[in-house]
Amino acid sequence: MTDSQSPQTGSLGGAERRPPPPPPGRSFNWREALAPSLISLISIVVVFGVLAWVITSAEQWPRIKLQFFNVDAMIAAFPRVLQGFWINMRIWLIVLACILVLGIALAVIRSLRAPWFAPFRLMVILYIDLFRGLPVLLLVLLFGFGIPALNLPGLPSSSLFWGAVAMVLSYSAYVCEIYRSGIDAVHEGQWAAAKSLGLTEWQTMIYAVLPQAVRNVLPAMMNIVVALQKDVALLSIIGVRDAVREAQIYTASTFNYSSLIVAAGLFLLATIPMARLADYVTQRDRARRLQVGG
Amino acid sequence: MPRVQLSEVTKYFGEKLVLDQVDLSVDLHEVICLIGASGSGKSTLLRCINRLVKADYGDIYLDDVPVTDQRFGKVGLHKRIGIVFQSYNLFPHLTVLDNLTLAPRKVHGKSRKDAEASALEQLDRFGMNSFAKAYPEQLSGGQQQRVAFVRALMNKPDVLLLDEVTAALDPELVGEVLGIIKELKAQGMTMVIVTHEMGFARDVADRVCFLEGGRILEEGDPNRMFSDPQHERTRAFLDRIIEAGRL
Repeated sequence: MTDSQSPQTGSLGGAERRPPPPPPGRSFNWREALAPSLISLISIVVVFGVLAWVITSAEQWPRIKLQFFNVDAMIAAFPRVLQGFWINMRIWLIVLACILVLGIALAVIRSLRAPWFAPFRLMVILYIDLFRGLPVLLLVLLFGFGIPALNLPGLPSSSLFWGAVAMVLSYSAYVCEIYRSGIDAVHEGQWAAAKSLGLTEWQTMIYAVLPQAVRNVLPAMMNIVVALQKDVALLSIIGVRDAVREAQIYTASTFNYSSLIVAAGLFLLATIPMARLADYVTQRDRARRLQVGG
Repeated sequence: MPRVQLSEVTKYFGEKLVLDQVDLSVDLHEVICLIGASGSGKSTLLRCINRLVKADYGDIYLDDVPVTDQRFGKVGLHKRIGIVFQSYNLFPHLTVLDNLTLAPRKVHGKSRKDAEASALEQLDRFGMNSFAKAYPEQLSGGQQQRVAFVRALMNKPDVLLLDEVTAALDPELVGEVLGIIKELKAQGMTMVIVTHEMGFARDVADRVCFLEGGRILEEGDPNRMFSDPQHERTRAFLDRIIEAGRL
């Protein structure tokens, strides 16, 4: 009896059991905490300082500064460029909304398997082959200059409108393929389950598959959103007075390129937060997948 | 009159013969377990019954009406035959309640209020009221599978097909799912069960069918099948199961 008791006290001796040791907590050591950050800070200052010194002490620097970083020119160009940038942003949002809707519609048509859908499926395949295979710039020129020149009655004749249509058509082809990969990634069992409950193929797509597909492709879609934000500037080529166009107009009259730098700054101001958001969405999505997988 | 009758059902996947002229009849309130090695055709046979897989040859009848009959329409068959899968296949983006009410609302035209009322009633019956607002991934495997059972029962089907419903579960969660099956048997549900749980098959089945190479090699009373298999292949299969400690 006695020898059978002693090994048990380790796991079962409830009352006599010692309480667990406290959590280790965070011991804060100033030297350990500060030294690495201090070293990185110093090295950053040194490296960038040297770089700045090398660049600014170059023989050509005053000319570069005058041409690209002329503060007076920047201030002079800023209101027009900002106005143009506001147009960029509006076009971006409208075109983006159209792309997301058209892309999803094309992806659904492409993914439905009912036999009578075959001609529509074929149309989507041809569409994707065509518009994914052509440079956006070419499409913007073709639509933006070509269609208004036709003077078709009943259709808008604005270059901006047709240029935007060209962007929508081109980007939708890519976005359709992204959505489709998301639809394909939904497990076959979801289709089987929906079918066994009596849902038609269309209902399965709308209520069961598509919501999961959209969640699957969110990170990839965020990259498209950022890319589109910049590519709207392509419309400047057909005379849309966006930020780039306004900057060019200023450059043409003054032979100073600082206005383009202003436009560049505005683009970065918009795209960098979007890119960070995209990273964040991707990271969260990854965490979710890992959690579900585990 | 058998509830479900299969006659000479044959199915190919490409060139591969997966079901070879299978005959099977399932009586009202009968529970049949299909056993056999992976690839023996059990799951395909099950899925032929509710036409998730379309048989190449042969006929399948539900209450003497061929399952291909027009009068079932698009959804009639699925209303009368429910199925539960190995991997639960709940819709991950919907709450438990929405998983349960999706088909009643979209397929059978019930109002949201009616559908939710009957869903809550069904959840209550299996003691799962508290899950109504949860998303599938917040539940354990066993809980998800029990929700999948409730989803399959929402249409009050006459026949329930179970496709290895415990195979994806951690061992300690198997019991709660098997409990539901026993309860359904007690209520007189007609079931066709594909399973690897031989002990359970012996316990719950009225008849056990051993499949190999797409044919039913042997069928009979579970106690006799497990203690005294007639066919050499059946014996070899059961020996392997016993060796793996699963019986």
